[in-house]
Amino acid sequence: MTEKGTIESSAEEKHTGYTGAKFGMWFFLMTELIFFGGMFLLYSVYRSKYAADFHTAALDENIVIGSLNTVILITSSFTMALSISAIRKGNNLLSSWLQAGTMTMGCIFLVNKYFEWSDKIGRGIYPDSPLMMQKKKGEILFYGLYYVMTGIHAFHVIVGIAVIGTMLFLTRSGAIDSRSFVKLENTGLYWHFVDIVWIYLFPLFYLVT
Amino acid sequence: MNSFYADLGPRRGFAAWMLSTDHKRLGIMYLSALLLFFSVGVSLGVLIRLNLISPGTFVQAHNYNRLFTIHGIIMIFLFIIPGIPVSFGNFFLPLLIGARDVAFPRINRLSWWLYLAGAVVVLASLFFGGGPLDTGWTFYAPYSVQTRTNVSMAVLGVFILGFSSILTGLNFITTIHRLRAPGMTWHRMPLFVWTLYATGWVQLLATPTIAISLLLIILERFFGIGFFDPAKGGDPILFEHMFWIYSHPAVYIMVLPAMGIISEVVPVFSRKVIFGYSAVAYSAIAIAAVGYLVWGHHMFTSGMSDTARVVFSFFTFLVAVPSGMKVFNWLGTLYKGSIRLDAPMLHALSFIFLFSIGGLTGLIQSAVATNLNLHSTYWIVAHFHYVMFGGMGFSFLAGLHYWFPKMFGRMYRERPAKIGWLVFFIGFNVLYFSMFILGYNGMPRRYFDYPPQYFTGQLVATIGSWILAAGLIIIFRNLIVAFYKGPKAPDNPWGGSTLEWQVSSPPPHENFGKMPVITRGPYSFE
Repeated sequence: MTEKGTIESSAEEKHTGYTGAKFGMWFFLMTELIFFGGMFLLYSVYRSKYAADFHTAALDENIVIGSLNTVILITSSFTMALSISAIRKGNNLLSSWLQAGTMTMGCIFLVNKYFEWSDKIGRGIYPDSPLMMQKKKGEILFYGLYYVMTGIHAFHVIVGIAVIGTMLFLTRSGAIDSRSFVKLENTGLYWHFVDIVWIYLFPLFYLVT
Repeated sequence: MNSFYADLGPRRGFAAWMLSTDHKRLGIMYLSALLLFFSVGVSLGVLIRLNLISPGTFVQAHNYNRLFTIHGIIMIFLFIIPGIPVSFGNFFLPLLIGARDVAFPRINRLSWWLYLAGAVVVLASLFFGGGPLDTGWTFYAPYSVQTRTNVSMAVLGVFILGFSSILTGLNFITTIHRLRAPGMTWHRMPLFVWTLYATGWVQLLATPTIAISLLLIILERFFGIGFFDPAKGGDPILFEHMFWIYSHPAVYIMVLPAMGIISEVVPVFSRKVIFGYSAVAYSAIAIAAVGYLVWGHHMFTSGMSDTARVVFSFFTFLVAVPSGMKVFNWLGTLYKGSIRLDAPMLHALSFIFLFSIGGLTGLIQSAVATNLNLHSTYWIVAHFHYVMFGGMGFSFLAGLHYWFPKMFGRMYRERPAKIGWLVFFIGFNVLYFSMFILGYNGMPRRYFDYPPQYFTGQLVATIGSWILAAGLIIIFRNLIVAFYKGPKAPDNPWGGSTLEWQVSSPPPHENFGKMPVITRGPYSFE
């Protein structure tokens, strides 16, 4: 029989809190995976139905920007991981810089994405446009999937940047330090997840030609 | 010791409740919201029935489509799916495993706010834009993309409700993994906890599919992308697949915790250890797992290869095995028990009876050949209501009567509760069994009007709906009177042996003064 009264000892509480938080985050990522899974399902069905059209449509993608963005996002995952190592070692300042670097790379990714999208829209390639309606069915679906999947992915990048911004604030204010960093770790998990989704989107849209 | 009803923090009254992270307060708030939406849903249902005895007199044809759509959306997304987990699950999960609260109390509060926000958006969709939607609760494309009624807003509301559901599931799974009291091993957990655990996984792994499907409907409507539009190469049947990949497992979100309540009530009122504890526990997991693989049986007539139909049919038969195991275990528990027929037990026994009818008719329609005949008839509507309303509805009332003294600290009068149950039970069967016969004779579902040979059946069903409504009024009147004027409830009125009965009625803040240590299984009545 425990005789600790109404409040459990703080060490025990902290331990359950840490593991519990990690549990929760992994469960959340599972839901994200299935959420994107719905779109990957559509992609695989339509690609198997219109393989040739997907091939033609993908020729229009700018592989240079796509590759650049892939490198940027993978590098940002690296700085994210480093920022957690830094905080574990008690180097809050270094961790803050690494978090800021991650955010910056996320922003550069979005800027590139913006140029890609506006270039396409400028040339009349967007859902339901007059030009699109003249294209083959598979091409219409390819671009539909392109806009929806990269769009929802970009939304996740924006959310990620905002969350890392919050973590940066918490690190500067001392709420995140070498003893309590599970929030930063979970943010890292989320950021890696967003990165991994892109690693699948990149070949599916840029390299299928 | 102060009960959780006393405001201890700096805030008082309404704000203290809305901002509370106490799982018991959240459970009570959810319960009242659920009962509100349930009463709206029932009223709409009675209105549907009223139209069917004299089509056109009370309801216009195009409003009829809106009527059954709103009835479905409110009942499914605002009542049954959140249903038992958010109300009794929130209130009793921490109590049953010996915890002070759920793992993430603030996320729990966020779920509640999201639920309210989703409900407000869904209800607002009835008054803005093109008015109440008329797609049926399934939002099938391409009609949901084309109709001028306010689909986007309603679907957005359901999307938000999905987040609430996911976060509740996530919270419960983590709670069950992390916060069990010392000695509360997995095999000492009450069976309601097991079903909440299985339900949590379904909420977690199935809900995102409907989130993306609904988001795509909204994007389709605003941008005309074409995923579900054959003119642009899309395939509307894919929407049906994505919808049912969620919505079939969602049936188990509704019914698994209902089975959990029955597994709590039956041993207590038979004064016997549950028969086959592990079989009941693991069959919940099995139902959740196999439930993922059966969604195609909603689409036997939509266009699907014969191989796919046979496979989906096979898995549908398979899911009946663990469900049947549960029924036999409940019966095994009753055998040679000292049965007490109090109100919770009457509802629980009705559940077993009605769920068996619902389950066995489910097998009839899961055979492809008969399904082609019965698809889209009243038969399906009858089956669905036997499983959902006869299942979840009766179990919800069993739980409400069983835990009422614990939640509100007052006793209700037994006699009106029993009379209410009897009237409700009779009305239920008159209403929905008529639908089996109507459907078997070919009455199609969702039709506003019908040829004269169906009139008698429709009339009987409508009279059933009045009896059913009268039963519900007696039941809830009794409970409302008890809520205000009932005598004070003892801590353990039924002689239950699970942990919630060892704390005061209503339970104190933080549930347990000293953390309990568990040394035995959940059902021992010696």
